[in-house]
Amino acid sequence: MTSCHLAEAPIKKVAIFGGTHGNELTGVFLVKHWLENGAEIQRTGLEVKPFITNPSAVKKCTRYIDCDLNRIFDLENLGKKMSEDLPYEVRRAQEIYHLFGPKGGEDSYDIIFDLHNTTSNMGCTLILEDSRNNFLIQMFHYIKTSLAPLPCYVYLIEHPSLKYATTRSIAKYPVGIEVGPQPQGVLRADILDQMRKMIKHALDFIHHFNEGKEFPPCAIEVYKIIEKVDYPRDANGEIAAVIHPNLQDQDWKPLHPGDPMFLTLDGKTMPLGGDRTVYPVFVNEAAYYEKKEAFAKTTKLTLNAKGIRCSVH
Amino acid sequence: MCSLPVPREPLRRVAVTGGTHGNEMSGVYLAQHWLQSPAELQRLSFSTVPVLANPAATAACRRYVDHDLNRTFTSSFLNSRPTPDDPYEVTRARELNQLLGPKASGRAFDFVLDLHNTTANMGTCLIAKSSHEVFAMHLCHHLQLQYPELSCQVFLYQRPGEESYNLDSVAKNGLALELGPQPQGVLRADIFSRMRTLVATVLDFIELFNQGTAFPAFEMEAYRPVGVVDFPRTDAGNLAGTVHPQLQDRDFQPLQPGAPIFQMFSGEDLLYEGESTVYPVFINEAAYYEKGIAFVQTEKFTFTVPAMPVLNPAPSPAS
Repeated sequence: MTSCHLAEAPIKKVAIFGGTHGNELTGVFLVKHWLENGAEIQRTGLEVKPFITNPSAVKKCTRYIDCDLNRIFDLENLGKKMSEDLPYEVRRAQEIYHLFGPKGGEDSYDIIFDLHNTTSNMGCTLILEDSRNNFLIQMFHYIKTSLAPLPCYVYLIEHPSLKYATTRSIAKYPVGIEVGPQPQGVLRADILDQMRKMIKHALDFIHHFNEGKEFPPCAIEVYKIIEKVDYPRDANGEIAAVIHPNLQDQDWKPLHPGDPMFLTLDGKTMPLGGDRTVYPVFVNEAAYYEKKEAFAKTTKLTLNAKGIRCSVH
Repeated sequence: MCSLPVPREPLRRVAVTGGTHGNEMSGVYLAQHWLQSPAELQRLSFSTVPVLANPAATAACRRYVDHDLNRTFTSSFLNSRPTPDDPYEVTRARELNQLLGPKASGRAFDFVLDLHNTTANMGTCLIAKSSHEVFAMHLCHHLQLQYPELSCQVFLYQRPGEESYNLDSVAKNGLALELGPQPQGVLRADIFSRMRTLVATVLDFIELFNQGTAFPAFEMEAYRPVGVVDFPRTDAGNLAGTVHPQLQDRDFQPLQPGAPIFQMFSGEDLLYEGESTVYPVFINEAAYYEKGIAFVQTEKFTFTVPAMPVLNPAPSPAS
């Protein structure tokens, strides 16, 4: 049987971002540790740069100073004329873009891993922005297989209006790494260990790829965003219902029409409407109250990747 | 005069405070709800005032704006002369002291219940000043008997020679409910519901007391602080490790000398070097990183609580 592997260029430069949200501590402390002692993230022939993206927010242990750094890497913000009047994060975004981008540039970073935590019970999560990215689907397949039996979920945020301009999107291969549940401002050893393993397997994959290993065609199950659901609110815009106890902590599990979704402060259950089963994620994420998102509905589907090998070998 | 050892009259003036820390959401949402609909707080023999303790911090969903409100109720803060540069919480503490106190005076509220959440796995924790607070001890005992499935633990915060600094210390009697684990900024239905039920039972207890119910003597087990342990830090003061997996989430469980307490980023374990068994609480509380506390060491002790003098049944107060 002929193998029809795609030849992909070798990976030269990888960045690992921590502190994009200053109170998501696992990435902050992994990056700070690796800045002091980077042995664990080195691979032969590969440049791996750990980097704190939002140092002011990290210092104050807050998500952001003026605006969410992980939402503003679009052309408009990146193109604004630099000035002291710009929000802190917009100025920072431009600095990061100059250091690590532009996408596909000669000296740009090929892969950016952006490390995040969530208060939601999402376990180990990889975030994918493009459903046709064979290289990343292969990487995610490798990470999931290596982590098993520890579950690792893939969240696909490809959507015409819901996709957001992430810090990592300036790289050819952007990878979101999200581990929860962990409260903001808390560093848990078990969560740290899980994120550390995810990075290890990711770097091993890149190293194997660069060394010439062929990865045959593969398939992974992903959860693709459909829509975001806000909390029911009263006439003043205040939250009038909370995530129902049956839905709390049940990220990635099927939610069927008629299943409890919210519980009002008066004790009434509000069920899921519509006619299809969905898979909720980011259920009760602290930072999303202000973004008006109680959870996101996803649908489960399979993505296929062609076989790949490094073009140099 | 300080708080009387035991109330001899019915409790008439009661308050429940939420949002003392603006990102501890059970109390925030309960206080906001009761300010709109106070009916469920009412009892026959007394009325309860709901208070949103720290409105500015609540609006920003932060623990505090300038200074931790729940550390600001000392005489030094409360009685010093106001200035325009005073931190927000100092001004607010003085307002609350006027409303619910003045602390250590005969005009203070009879009882204040303060609502808190923690990121630590402390379950249902009842925080009172000391074993000498007979009314609060009977209240804690009542909650424990009503809800055996919750395993309510009692934490007595007063340390010898230290002045109380927390909000509920301004009243003649006080108690704090500390429910966790819940992340800051998150409202969990299960914890919200539990907090609401506990508040109702506290008010029911006060009603029972006011109506002349007898509460006999009993033995109680509680935890009191004997020290704190900070995270391992680098020379620059940054974290060098975090709470060990074997200690994480084990609030109120015994910690023996030699057991691991921290895991360094470089991989090795740090062991507990104390000389006796302690019972750690507030293990990995987010708000305590800046206070240099990874966990609070407590000792467990047992004491007798005397019977509460029975009141003559109280008529309903004239409106």
